Amino acid sequence: MTLLGGLALWVACLLGVWGALTGLLGAARGRADLIASSRHAVFALCGTLLVAVLALQVALFRHDFNVEYVAAYSSRNMPTFYTWSALYAGQKGSLLFWAAVLSVFAAIAQVVTAPRHRIYLPYVGAVTSIVATFFVVVMLFGGANPFERLPYTPLDGRGLNPQLQNPGMVFHPPMLYLGYISITIPFAFAMAALLSRRLDVDWLVAIRKWTLLSWLFLSVGICLGMWWAYVELGWGGYWAWDPVENASFLPWLTMTAFLHSVMVQEKRGMLKKWNLLLIIGSWLLSIFGTFLTRSGVISSVHSFTQSNIGYFFLGFLVISATLSFWLYSRRLPELTAESTLESIVSREASFLFNNLLLVGIAFSVLLGTLFPILSELVTGTKVTMGPPAFNRVNIPLGLALLLLTGIGPLIAWRRSSLPNLRRQFAVPVTSGVLALLILLVAGMRDPSPIVAIGLGAFVSATVVQEFVRGVAARHRQYSEGWWLAFGRLIARNRRRYGGYIVHLGIVILFIAFAGMAFKTETEATLRPGESATLKSPYGWTYTFTHLGVSQYDALNRQVTAATVDVTRDGRRVGRLTTEKRQHVDSRGQPTFQPSTEVGIRSDLREDLYIVLAGVVNGTEQAVYRFTINPLVWWVWYGGLIVALGGLIVMWPGGGAPAVRRAQAGYAVKLVAKDAG
Amino acid sequence: MKAGMKFLLGATVIVGAVGYLMATGIKETGQYFLTPSELSQKIATDPTFYDVGMKVGAHVVPGSVTREVATQTLRFRITDGSATYPVVYHGLPPDTFNDSVEVVVEGRLQPDGVIRATDVLAKCGSRYESVPKA
Repeated sequence: MTLLGGLALWVACLLGVWGALTGLLGAARGRADLIASSRHAVFALCGTLLVAVLALQVALFRHDFNVEYVAAYSSRNMPTFYTWSALYAGQKGSLLFWAAVLSVFAAIAQVVTAPRHRIYLPYVGAVTSIVATFFVVVMLFGGANPFERLPYTPLDGRGLNPQLQNPGMVFHPPMLYLGYISITIPFAFAMAALLSRRLDVDWLVAIRKWTLLSWLFLSVGICLGMWWAYVELGWGGYWAWDPVENASFLPWLTMTAFLHSVMVQEKRGMLKKWNLLLIIGSWLLSIFGTFLTRSGVISSVHSFTQSNIGYFFLGFLVISATLSFWLYSRRLPELTAESTLESIVSREASFLFNNLLLVGIAFSVLLGTLFPILSELVTGTKVTMGPPAFNRVNIPLGLALLLLTGIGPLIAWRRSSLPNLRRQFAVPVTSGVLALLILLVAGMRDPSPIVAIGLGAFVSATVVQEFVRGVAARHRQYSEGWWLAFGRLIARNRRRYGGYIVHLGIVILFIAFAGMAFKTETEATLRPGESATLKSPYGWTYTFTHLGVSQYDALNRQVTAATVDVTRDGRRVGRLTTEKRQHVDSRGQPTFQPSTEVGIRSDLREDLYIVLAGVVNGTEQAVYRFTINPLVWWVWYGGLIVALGGLIVMWPGGGAPAVRRAQAGYAVKLVAKDAG
Repeated sequence: MKAGMKFLLGATVIVGAVGYLMATGIKETGQYFLTPSELSQKIATDPTFYDVGMKVGAHVVPGSVTREVATQTLRFRITDGSATYPVVYHGLPPDTFNDSVEVVVEGRLQPDGVIRATDVLAKCGSRYESVPKA
């Protein structure tokens, strides 16, 4: 199978080069035969890389430990479920996964693109082929061939790192990869627009769904990553501003900026240069993220082991950035705005500020992530930025962004009149102020959480108001029942109301993040029968009574489990167990370091989070860390609502008449163009 | 261009705020990231460098780790081959901590030459890659 896989990689490399050359040449010369050949090469590349993936997967399932990759990331006693994820658990496999998924997206783009956008496809095929070929080249020439064989055959593989043996980890990396990878398609269209000089809104329409798709994958991937870090790593939080986390957050920020600013271009013909920059920037950031996690240039708690393929990525990054910005600068004269900003109190102005904030956050996160390198270059000493530095910058910026989330949707395009503003803002502002007052009266004094919750109330009220008005209008106009009106309102204006649902999810996330400001924590060493107490931020007193320690063997691990009985203000809540696991291979030899299984009990208000730090040798005396994390549940639910809103916006079909009406001005332009 | 000017004004405020926050953030919460030999050089040239928050990245000296589970005290030494510092840490070390691992110790160097750690991060090869067997 490895022969087949290796061969597939070589064929893929050749196909990629062919597809790129024919695509570029065919489009430039207008040669239909070359264009057709390039299109076929894209499909063939996809098929070939899928064969390679299949070959690696077969090797994994056959436990062919003579293959270095199989020996390093799987073992005989590993649950089947995780054998699937071994495909992208390691450096080499993840490169193959990247290339293969990109080739699938590229093939899909060739198929689903609407006929009137087909003009871009040869260039799109060329760009996607170049990027996919780069990954294949790294595998073939960067010492990262997943099909390499060992000079001997180990009896068993090393198995997958136990911290990865978690359902969150099976879906988190591919989701993030899908997000990273799918940005390539909008980037390819942007390059196609620049190369073909067809820089009207057409190419934006062609990529709208793709940008949403990658934004959605990134959002879900980031949330799953937070969830995994929370339940698996045992340090009691879900976000630590680690370089690898930041790497996934950066393109998310710029994509979010794009999803907003693209509306300004569609409606008003402004921000053309900016939108192109955002797409190019997002793609470069996605490659940068891949580079960061693979090169070891930044010390992170979780980067891939250092290897020289970092240089390949750095080179690719520099070359792509140079080429795309050069092309961009050549086309700048053709990217003039069709209208100007008429009033600062307008939808487009609020989008501009929203973009500035998002890009400002992205810039500060990028700078903070690279700061150790930059400070070493300038002063000779490494200075690192920890979570406090990131929070200091990003909490105020995030809150300002939250404020705009409420303001933006309420003010009209072009300009807003005073009565109009009063009508729109009366209820939301009152709600926000009321929430603030309630919190102050309740005795909260910490400024950022209070502001976050106050703004949250304001934004939620704007969303509710929009929904209520929309439903009421339908109810009056078409005499639909309330629920029917609600359903149709969303279904007929997916982009708008799906967007509002995303906003609601973001508000929930912000409030949940604010809750973490109130976490409480204690550590205790307990003999059976002894207990520790911890006050929750809501004023309850929790008592944790240590029941005892048990040790037993499971399928691929030795488990040390400690159990506590939990009471809240004297009333029994339940039992919680936390484990230390030593994973073993099929001969019973320990593999990897011990890992912790956190005991978690969640409800809407707070999480009890219990970690077994260790057991005093030979006794049942256990060392625990007890943490109470407020509102963590809302992070996961906020994330789900964001994803749901994103799905509603993305859902194909429907909504066309309303959207078309709203975009009448621009639709007319398109028709005129098509006719001409 | 009146609206444009107003927007530029707002933009300047935002960009200024981002810059200001970053500058103060770095100034007040940025920490030196040193190796033990860099730390000993710093101390030699600047005797006031004691009790300054910093991070030290180094290897744990094999066999130097002592744990007192009851008091949750962890003592070990870190080295980069040329300079060695003893570390005291109260709290729970990460799962991946053992006596052959690379660590990042966050804390302050005391005048008695011991680093009092507020946090210990073990740099395992990665979450993805397993640590190569020694």
